[in-house]
Amino acid sequence: MPDRAPLLRVEAVGKEFFGNRVLEEVSFSLAPGEVLGLVGENGAGKSTLMNILFGMPVIQQTGGYEGRILIDGEEARFQSPFDAIDAGIGMVHQEFSLLPGFTVTENIQLNRESTRHNFLVEVFGERIRTLDRPAMKKRAQDAITMLGFSIDPDTLASEMPVGHKQFTEIAREIDRKNTKILVLDEPTAVLTESEAQILMQSLRNLAGKGISLIFISHRLQEVMDLCHKIVVLRDGRVVKEAKPSDTTVFQVASWMVGRSVETRGESRRQRVETETVLEVERLWVDMPGETVRNVSFSVQKGEIFGIGGLAGQGKLGIANGIMGLYQAGGNVTAMGSKLSLNAPAVSLARNMAFVSEDRRGVGLLLDEPIDWNIAFTAMQVQDKFVKKLLGGLIKWRDDAAMTEAALDYIEKLEIRCTGPGQRAVELSGGNQQKVCLAKAFVVAPDILFVSEPTRGIDVGAKKLVLDTIQRVNEELGTTIVITSSELEELRSVCDRIAIVDDGRISGILPASRPAEEFGVLMMGESPVAVSDAAGGNG
Amino acid sequence: MMDSAKTKALPKFTFSENAKHFLVSNAVPIIFLGLSAAAIPLSGFSMGYLVQEMLTRLARNSFLVLSLLIPIMAGMGLNFGMVLGAMAGQIGLILVTDWSVAGIPGMVLAAIISMPIAALLGLICGKLLNMAKGREMVTSYILGFFINGVYQFVVLYLFGVSGILKLPGIDKPLRIPITNPQLVLSRGYGIRNAINLTGIRRVLDSALPASLRFDFGSGPFTINIPIGTFMLIGLFCLFIVWFRRTKLGQDMRAVGQDMAIADSAGIAVERTRVLAIVISTVLAAFGQIIFLQNIGTMNTYNSHEQTGMFSIAALLIGGATVSKASIANVFIGVTLFHLMFVVSPMAGKELIGQAQLGEYFRVFVSYGIIAVSLVLHAWKRMQERERARRGLRGEG
Repeated sequence: MPDRAPLLRVEAVGKEFFGNRVLEEVSFSLAPGEVLGLVGENGAGKSTLMNILFGMPVIQQTGGYEGRILIDGEEARFQSPFDAIDAGIGMVHQEFSLLPGFTVTENIQLNRESTRHNFLVEVFGERIRTLDRPAMKKRAQDAITMLGFSIDPDTLASEMPVGHKQFTEIAREIDRKNTKILVLDEPTAVLTESEAQILMQSLRNLAGKGISLIFISHRLQEVMDLCHKIVVLRDGRVVKEAKPSDTTVFQVASWMVGRSVETRGESRRQRVETETVLEVERLWVDMPGETVRNVSFSVQKGEIFGIGGLAGQGKLGIANGIMGLYQAGGNVTAMGSKLSLNAPAVSLARNMAFVSEDRRGVGLLLDEPIDWNIAFTAMQVQDKFVKKLLGGLIKWRDDAAMTEAALDYIEKLEIRCTGPGQRAVELSGGNQQKVCLAKAFVVAPDILFVSEPTRGIDVGAKKLVLDTIQRVNEELGTTIVITSSELEELRSVCDRIAIVDDGRISGILPASRPAEEFGVLMMGESPVAVSDAAGGNG
Repeated sequence: MMDSAKTKALPKFTFSENAKHFLVSNAVPIIFLGLSAAAIPLSGFSMGYLVQEMLTRLARNSFLVLSLLIPIMAGMGLNFGMVLGAMAGQIGLILVTDWSVAGIPGMVLAAIISMPIAALLGLICGKLLNMAKGREMVTSYILGFFINGVYQFVVLYLFGVSGILKLPGIDKPLRIPITNPQLVLSRGYGIRNAINLTGIRRVLDSALPASLRFDFGSGPFTINIPIGTFMLIGLFCLFIVWFRRTKLGQDMRAVGQDMAIADSAGIAVERTRVLAIVISTVLAAFGQIIFLQNIGTMNTYNSHEQTGMFSIAALLIGGATVSKASIANVFIGVTLFHLMFVVSPMAGKELIGQAQLGEYFRVFVSYGIIAVSLVLHAWKRMQERERARRGLRGEG
């Protein structure tokens, strides 16, 4: 395939979100029938790059992008996903966009149904054409057959297992006759191993028919098996472009992670098991996309406890469930007494605080100033920053104290802003995160939950955020539970790390264990097998 | 290994749980069936009388209730905006009565006149509902009040022999000529409250008369069946079945399930929603004309007011929800609702000695059942979520 002109060329594409650079000078090309593997850690910029390629409105709304995208040698600047579709780009998203009450056939042909003419069309126009059910079914069958999979075209989407939904999504893109480039964002994440194998085979078939694929996956072995070319993204840049035959999984992994995060100079002080402050038994949490099924663990006083695992396995649900933000059940004992779940006010009153992964949705009152944001929880839950009149009959906001506290934290956490009166929405991601932390610190919690503390913030801010969390733990003895997708980050600050897989904890290990052991747990190996392996090593 | 984890997560239900699920899903029709079963013997009505009443009322109301189905399909909930169509239908009826066009031609002409008015009102309603996504019911309800004001203005001040509304620069006052003195108030403008629809009274019902004789042992009785009206209703049902199979119908179902997904597939979501309301409003106008031809008289200022409320109550009693309604729900609902109407006054009289209780009961029931249905709908959705959630819980 040497002389084929590239179908898609990405030239020096860059993108900034709210002053936070997420992509810089990204370039690569894709030939017809070629399979390109795009790999990178969470937050490396893969999703943003695909959003640009697919003309998602969010890119326009945040000021467009730099660089050029050429399709068949002509520059394309998509205003909407429909432009991208017209140009022959198909996208299979991580989250399903299937209508639950529609059958496989109806979903595959959503808004592209085969229709027949009838006499009323003359009066009311094209939309009154009758659906040609047999033709629709045949087309759906064709698309499914092309994938080399078998599903009954009359099954309702709501009654299908996840794996079948994934195939239906892909079949929908294939059914579009002009699809030349197909982008697959983590298509195998929800599949069983055998389903994944079938999918890989179908994708090879598609490539053989001249459709180019961009394959985004965390499962590196799949990328190595399937792709003709691998592009590694790190911190928004292309750090390496290689052929699978010239490299190994380990090499690709090291490119992805880059510099191995420098291990702490001194190993974490060995914790003496003092007393259990948090005991979680058989917790389930109904958090969409992060379902927790059955989780039990306990946290010692003064410990930094990490919760890791791949996206969508349920690690984020744990803190959200304990803090009462999503429907949950099971037994949670905090500081010696049972916690009643599903009531955020109760969790807060028990002197627990939460820095949510959803900074802009849950964490901040975006349109309010920094000082209000910092004081808000403390004011609601602990009556801090409140002046009482007439023996508490009337409560008055203490603006002076709020400003003072805000100024204190702005200095301590190096929040870059114009002052305590600046609105939270105007801050960059990193500085918003610092405000969220300040909001939690001001409560002086006994247990602090921090979820994805460094997601979407730049390197300098990352270090400061992690250092601050550690300092609070050491100086005030606050027990901290950190949830993060970045294993290295957890290993650098935590005492112990629990890995969550499929809504269950697959193992809890001291942070000092080698990264591979955690990796094995993330792949869902049973904890017994791991401890055996660990025992064999020791 | 992942496989086993997935299958383990599938919830299992016992027989009693499934039975409970069935009762919960059909709570409203079951309650009404029970109430009717208790009230029929109390009322002392004969079987023949009740069957005749139900047939008459099915013919009278089904078309109106059927007009609610399409917006539900498009995910817009129960369309209180059908009151707008009812007003358009009444304007058509006032005009044909004034022009003395009688019989079937009169009805057809009234329908033709009301169609553009209903379409325009539906367009306005649809556009407004697009600005109030997710709050369609309350918005259309309040919009009904507003358009009622416009309707009253037109009928009370613009219709008449003489006009009073003078515009600057025009000599003659603005008016829509209505000359029949039986329609116009003696002051020269404005329509009387009670209009006798002599020209079209029961013309459709008796277009194809049919009567059947029965004898259930309690003496022979005759039942008249308004075949003409039922044929029209049957045609409407066929239209709905056919409409679901058109591209537009498919788009409406898609929009009804998830606007975001429909939008990302390139379906013109807002336009589709407007079309659903326009179709529903126009059909409601026809429905009101059929309704009034059966009654035979029209209360210019009141007839349309309770149309929406009673139609929606009937549909809900038939087991429909805010998001799901079928043709069967329409007929079951109209039957159960009106059975309640007919028997409750007599049952009330037997029980407490007060026939007014029934009149009170029908209004009370309409509002009550809508409130209860909405609450049940929300509760049911919560139950379903809880049912789904059972799959999450840890084993043991």
